[in-house]
Amino acid sequence: MTGDQKEPRGQALRKPGAGDMIEHSASEDRRRAPAALDEARLRQQAIGVRLRQMFDEVVSEPVPEEFLAILRQADKKTAEND
Amino acid sequence: MAAASNAGPSGDSRADEAFKRELVGLIPHLRAFARTLAGDPASADDLAQDAMMKAWDARASFQMGTNMKAWTFMILRNQFYSEKRRSWRQSQLDQEAAERTLVAVDDPEAPVALDELRLSLAALPAEQREALILVGAGGFAYEEAAEICGCAVGTVKSRVSRARKALHAILEDGSYERDGSAASDAMGAILADAERLSSAR
Repeated sequence: MTGDQKEPRGQALRKPGAGDMIEHSASEDRRRAPAALDEARLRQQAIGVRLRQMFDEVVSEPVPEEFLAILRQADKKTAEND
Repeated sequence: MAAASNAGPSGDSRADEAFKRELVGLIPHLRAFARTLAGDPASADDLAQDAMMKAWDARASFQMGTNMKAWTFMILRNQFYSEKRRSWRQSQLDQEAAERTLVAVDDPEAPVALDELRLSLAALPAEQREALILVGAGGFAYEEAAEICGCAVGTVKSRVSRARKALHAILEDGSYERDGSAASDAMGAILADAERLSSAR
C-alpha cells in the first residue's frame, strides 16, 4: 500500500491522522528536528572554519624571494623598453 | 596589437607602481589558491608565478579600483586549466598527486582532522572543490566566485552547497581513502578543533 502513495513522506507527517502509526512519533520528530538542524549547522560551520584555516596556513607563509625577483626583473625590463 | 596609442610614456610608471604593490600583496593568496588546484607545492608555486606574470603583463587592461584579487584568481584559474588541457599526463596524476601532497604539505604537528579534511576535499569533483574554496576559504562573494569560474551565480551556489553536503558525508562515513576506521573520530576532531579555534578568535 505504501507503494501507491505519491506523497513524499515529509508531507504525510505534517498531516495529523494521515496514518495511525505516524501519529505517535510526530511530536517527537518535531522536537528532534531543530536539534538535528543545529547540529548540521554546527558541523558545517566547523568545516568552514577548518577550510579557512587550511587556506590561511598557506597565505601566512612567507612569500618566496623568487616571486619578488621575477616581478622586479619584469618591472626593470618595462623601464628599459620605455 | 593596436594598444600602441596608450602604451606610451613613463607617466604610466606611477600606475605601474601602484599595480605592483597591490599585486605583491596578493601573492600569498595566489599561492594558497594555486595550492588547492595544483598537485604539489612546487607546481603550485610555478602556477602562481605564471599567473602573477600574466597579471603583470595584462596590467594595462586592469581597471584600478576594481577587485584585483578576483581578477588575478581568474587569471590563475584560466592558466591552470589551459595548462591542464595541454598535458594529458597531468589529469592522470592529478588525483593521486593531490592526495599525496595534501598530506605531505601537512604540518606534522597539525591535528589529525586537517588531514581528513584535505583528503576529503581531494575526493570532491574539481568544480565543487574550487567553488567551495573560493567562497568558503577565499572570502569571495558568490558573484565574484561566479566571475572567477566563468559560470552563473546559481551554478556556484549549487556547487558550494553540493560540496558542503558531500564533504560532510565523506567526513561522516570515512569514505575518504584511509583505513576508514576513524570516521566519526574525524568529524569529532574537526568539531573540537573548530570550537577551539573559534573561541580563540
